[in-house]
Amino acid sequence: MADVQNNPDVEYVVQMKGIDKVYGNGVAANKGVDFNLKKGEIHALMGENGAGKSTLMKMLFGLEQPTAGEIVVNGETVQLTSPSVAIAKGIGMVHQHFMLVPSLSVAENMVLGMVPKKGMFIDETEAIRITKEYAEKYNLHVEPTARVADIPVGMKQKVEILKALVRGAKILILDEPTAVLTSQETEELFHELTNLKKQDYTIVFISHKLNEIKEITDRLTIMRNGRSMGVYNTADVSKEEISRLMVGRDVILNVQKDKAQPTDTVLKVRDLEYVNEWNKKMLDHVSFDVRKGEILGIAGVEGNGQKELVDMLFNFNKPDAGTVTVNGENILGVSQQLIREKGVSLVPEDRMLYGIAGKASIEENILSDRSTKKEYNNGPFFNLNQIHEDTDRLIKDYTVLCKSRNQQVGMLSGGNIQKVVVAREFSNNPVLILADQPTRGIDVGATEFIRKKLVELSRSGIAVLLVSADLNEVMELSDSLIVMHNGHITAYFEDTSSLTDAEMGEYMLGLKEQTAEEIGRVCHD
Amino acid sequence: MSNLWSMLLSPEFFFSIFRISAPILFATLGAIVVEKAGFANIGLEGLMMFSALSGSLVSYYAGHWFPGLCAAVVTGVVMSLVMGFFAFHLKTDIILVGIAINMMGSGGTLFLCKVITDITEGTAMASTTGLITRSLCIPNIKIPLIDSIPFIGRVLSGHSLLTYFAFVCVILTSIMLYRTSLGLNIRAVGENPDAASSVGVSVIRIRYTAMAFSGLMSGFGGAFMSMSYAQGWSLDMVAGRGFIALAAQAMGAGECLGGMLASLVFGFAQALGIRFSAIGLDSNLASPIPYAVTIIGLVIFAVSRKRKAAKPRVQAT
Repeated sequence: MADVQNNPDVEYVVQMKGIDKVYGNGVAANKGVDFNLKKGEIHALMGENGAGKSTLMKMLFGLEQPTAGEIVVNGETVQLTSPSVAIAKGIGMVHQHFMLVPSLSVAENMVLGMVPKKGMFIDETEAIRITKEYAEKYNLHVEPTARVADIPVGMKQKVEILKALVRGAKILILDEPTAVLTSQETEELFHELTNLKKQDYTIVFISHKLNEIKEITDRLTIMRNGRSMGVYNTADVSKEEISRLMVGRDVILNVQKDKAQPTDTVLKVRDLEYVNEWNKKMLDHVSFDVRKGEILGIAGVEGNGQKELVDMLFNFNKPDAGTVTVNGENILGVSQQLIREKGVSLVPEDRMLYGIAGKASIEENILSDRSTKKEYNNGPFFNLNQIHEDTDRLIKDYTVLCKSRNQQVGMLSGGNIQKVVVAREFSNNPVLILADQPTRGIDVGATEFIRKKLVELSRSGIAVLLVSADLNEVMELSDSLIVMHNGHITAYFEDTSSLTDAEMGEYMLGLKEQTAEEIGRVCHD
Repeated sequence: MSNLWSMLLSPEFFFSIFRISAPILFATLGAIVVEKAGFANIGLEGLMMFSALSGSLVSYYAGHWFPGLCAAVVTGVVMSLVMGFFAFHLKTDIILVGIAINMMGSGGTLFLCKVITDITEGTAMASTTGLITRSLCIPNIKIPLIDSIPFIGRVLSGHSLLTYFAFVCVILTSIMLYRTSLGLNIRAVGENPDAASSVGVSVIRIRYTAMAFSGLMSGFGGAFMSMSYAQGWSLDMVAGRGFIALAAQAMGAGECLGGMLASLVFGFAQALGIRFSAIGLDSNLASPIPYAVTIIGLVIFAVSRKRKAAKPRVQAT
């Protein structure tokens, strides 16, 4: 397994050197990343969600600018200030969500922005001729006169690739191109990509599907936590090694916890099924229990059904089949207010959208789920003294750093905003806490605080369901753990203490799957 | 009853349908192009009011209709660009900008008219009706050959220059939308702005262009109102035609030909209302006819908007 990153003998078409990217909100998405492309290769860019691969490619396509570092294309240092500049340098990108206009024809989409003209008018025949010429030249079959809205997904992708080629791209970035394709379409795409490679085109293939990577790519770069974990010849590394490099823990925050003493089942999920609007099965017979006094973690690469699952549990979406009960009472399709009355709390993944009202004060945000409580009301008016007192107590207990309870929540730092969210969600006597990525993007101090609080609450007899893409978090906090891949549960670990990262990685990436019997143990009937 | 039928089958009645439809048609074409570019300009009413005033005033001071027409068009375009500046640059909600323009189009034009002309006739509201004579209006045109055909000649010939131009604009707008790269860009920006900008089409420039086009059409519509339909400007003279145009755009499924047919339906309803009251039908019954048709049209508009919103949206990366 030789790191072949800095071999001076090879000519590179693209060299990204020491790339740093820090976003306006202080999040460092790339840290000193080196990335090279050889002419005529298919290069895999791998990593979990949030590892920084999209950011890196956005900078190569001119959608973002690096904070530091140098980009060299064909031996020349370039400033890629916009996609048009990148296109002019021969770099094209096929986005995961297609950049096509549905009501226009394939040919019109092809020439949009560079329309061939005959006098004042569009030269429709020429547009069709160009489309046909490129389709034949690169063996990418498309229907020039068909409306894009009417063609299948696989053909839309070909139109996107052709769009890049017709604009002179020699380097193609494909962002998870197989995510939307059927297996037959995937096979076709691979055939076409191999063809392009033979004609000296360079292709970046973003994916985390190991089988595909092994099948089609020549080299691969693995990213984790914004850093490059090295560049390898695909033939030299095993799938297991790739998974170990992709999935791993960097910082260990140690949270002390006693052994869980779980008792009665609180949340009971049975046979949840959901097919999304693009006909993809997102939940496939998902069943599990969460008991009083335990933290059940859900691990998995993002996009494997975790988001959909949480949406179902809090009625942001409705499953096609299945049941969900809390202490024996149905919560599917029940209003959020009623779900909360049954003692369910949610720490949502997107705290700015679902967790808080940014322009309202800390006090108002805390009050939002308990404004009808008896002790907070005197007839038609609020009992402000009581509200102030309780808010101040929560601010103190949860160490929210703020000027006063009247400060706008949106003005606080990410960690303090999340503390306001958990202060509210943890303090209304919940029986079940749904914690969805509870520490994403917040500082170490707040992270540690929230994790400790979760353990403390679970030990006091609350059931906790923890969904996290942060492997460190799920493995440290969870008493038991399930892994989701492709919408179904692929593993259940009753005890997480002896679990290794490597083993987890294999389940998360779908290399291994437990038997139905082993998984079934998560239902404590 | 026979009186009514002979009235409805008279060439004058058919003539009036075209005449009444023309200003609605101009505004409808503006609404169509803006809708294709992905937003709605509900300020057409106000734009037409400003154009109507500026057209009649310049026509009076210049002593000829042509400078008046030019002024009306320039007014429409400039004011629509101002609307665009507020909406696209300063990020004001475009509906609020439209409402503001409509309110200014009502009260603001009256104020301007008073300030500029200093006309007040007793307690009456200021207007320019006393200034515009027949010769300052946009000329009517007799079409040779067609003019001499019985019945048809009296329906189709002798209209205002702008009435003919309105129907020519249906074809021109359709060609612009479907045969030129500007039209292609407008449709692309309206449907998927990310796709358009990813291939180097400037979304904001296209939106300004569409906005200016709606201003241009409102300019013609406004000029027609004060310099042909009526002689001179008076308070609230556009009388909802800018809103009717929004309904016509939707009833016509956002296409030029459909919009033209919808405008003619509204024109027919208004002409009918006028005829009914002319033959002595209680005006309380006759006058609501065009508005009833408008309400039906607006319901169709609302339903079509709702359907559009219900379509699954393509997520942007």
